[in-house]
Amino acid sequence: MSLVARFTRSPEGLFGAAVLAALIVIALGAPFLFPRDPLSIVGPPLTAPFTDWALPLGTDRLGRNVLAELVHGSRASLLVGFAATLAAIIIGASVGTIAGFAGGLVDEALMRVVDAFQTVPGFLLALAFVSVIGASLPVVVLAIALSAWTGPARLARAEVLSLRERDYVAAARVIGMHPAEIAFRQILPNALAPVLALSAVIVAGAILTEAALSFLGLGDPNIVTWGSMIAEGRAVLRSSPFLSIIPGIALVVTVLGVYLFGEGLSEALSRRAVRS
Amino acid sequence: MSALLIAENLGKSFRRGGVRLAAVDGASFSVDDGETLGIVGPSGSGKTTLARLVVRLIDADVGTLQFEGADLLALRGKALRATRKRIQMVFQDPLAALNPRASVADVIGDPLRIHRLADSGGRPAAIAHLLNRVGLPAALASRAVHEISGGQRQRVAIARALATEPRLIVLDEAASALDVSARAHILKLLVELQAESGISYIFVSHDIAVVRAISHRVAIMDHGRIVETGPTAQVIAAPQSATGKALIAAVPHLMPAQD
Ligand SMILES: Nc1ncnc2c1ncn2[C@@H]1O[C@H](COP(=O)(O)OP(=O)(O)O)[C@@H](O)[C@H]1O
Ligand SMILES: [Mg+2]
Repeated sequence: MSLVARFTRSPEGLFGAAVLAALIVIALGAPFLFPRDPLSIVGPPLTAPFTDWALPLGTDRLGRNVLAELVHGSRASLLVGFAATLAAIIIGASVGTIAGFAGGLVDEALMRVVDAFQTVPGFLLALAFVSVIGASLPVVVLAIALSAWTGPARLARAEVLSLRERDYVAAARVIGMHPAEIAFRQILPNALAPVLALSAVIVAGAILTEAALSFLGLGDPNIVTWGSMIAEGRAVLRSSPFLSIIPGIALVVTVLGVYLFGEGLSEALSRRAVRS
Repeated sequence: MSALLIAENLGKSFRRGGVRLAAVDGASFSVDDGETLGIVGPSGSGKTTLARLVVRLIDADVGTLQFEGADLLALRGKALRATRKRIQMVFQDPLAALNPRASVADVIGDPLRIHRLADSGGRPAAIAHLLNRVGLPAALASRAVHEISGGQRQRVAIARALATEPRLIVLDEAASALDVSARAHILKLLVELQAESGISYIFVSHDIAVVRAISHRVAIMDHGRIVETGPTAQVIAAPQSATGKALIAAVPHLMPAQD
């Protein structure tokens, strides 16, 4: 049975996949659904949701279309989530592979760096990084990656430590392959599956961290994000709670969807591992 | 005949729970051009360690190793990788010894690429030629290594070892994981390749019957030491060591005639 077939047998995985697919469609379709700048003022301020069909989710304090903001905000969440995860996995898998493959002092030194990063809470690290360098999308992505790469690094190292004793690695040495090629072309690809299984958790965490940074005003100020929407709504939390609740629900559904998708995927992967 | 490889007093010990155990202890032997040296001994006697010392997968604690008249143990880095072209190895379990993600063409193409023996244009033809030499169809090149049979995999591993036209191939239990008919075919193939190209083998096995089928001389190992060495027929007809006698007694049709 293929991986896809096994995946479709897990209901939570399917739910997660559906949420994720819908989000990707919305994020990609945002410029076509709402071609106007979502930060432009389109109506009277603080219109309640479901009262005006032209503005189905109402308007915020400045009279901006909440639905347009929400749809455009999904772009920031997904972009940061995926980009930060990709960066975290590339950094983590590279460091873990070098540590596990080289062993000895190199391993010791690199793993102390991993320890150091892990003792600082990830969010504080991202917070410090962004407040020192300044808020822009690439900096936020890098900040989140820096707080998330240690998990992939540890996992990749453990996997590489067991793979490097395999005969096929010995065979690669015997034919005279360069150690860098052995580490990155022979070992790393075979070490990647469990590391990738971690990625859904990292994406979910990255989306939350991005929202938290935006909430604190440390996101990119030129784009709408769910975190900045929640922060905006806080000023009128008593009179218009929907302004915070709507992006909050979007955030919860997204994180849950990504997480369940990851659960379904790792379940499908582990079923294959048991079989082989 | 001249000696291609000369090992003197090779030793290697491993730490096991605080104590050092000698896996190979004072092993001396030589292999001539075009010759097969069989190494036989019970499980745990140090055969694999010896094989891995010779191909420089592990470093010797003591002893010397001369290959083509040069000091093999002094080589490092780039010089060692270049010399590896002339000493190859075939492992026991061909599935474990091939990258699970690789195709047959990847496996055989790697040594050609690394030692610049065929450019990317000429590589498919070189791979097809190597597949034919080990009795496999050229069409197998595009298959994944996990799709082919165990016997075919071991032939692919042999083709990889032959790719750089080495002077010496070390085979560690290379036929042990195969079924009887695949084993017979592999042994026949090795003998034919030797007749064609004058290559030398070190053929390691726990099974003296298999070693007899292919070796000119045998060395018998026990507890890390070479306890007996001599021409194959002579050692089998009149083993001198207790280990040699026991190994031969375990295979009824090899028993020397009673007198
Ligand atoms: N990497 C290692 N670490 C510790 N002990 C080892 C290692 N490799 C081999 N040994 C030990 O060395 C001895 C010889 O093993 P080996 O060379 O594999 O023998 P054989 O191939 O004849 O069965 C055994 O006692 C084995 O446990
Ligand atoms: Mg062995």
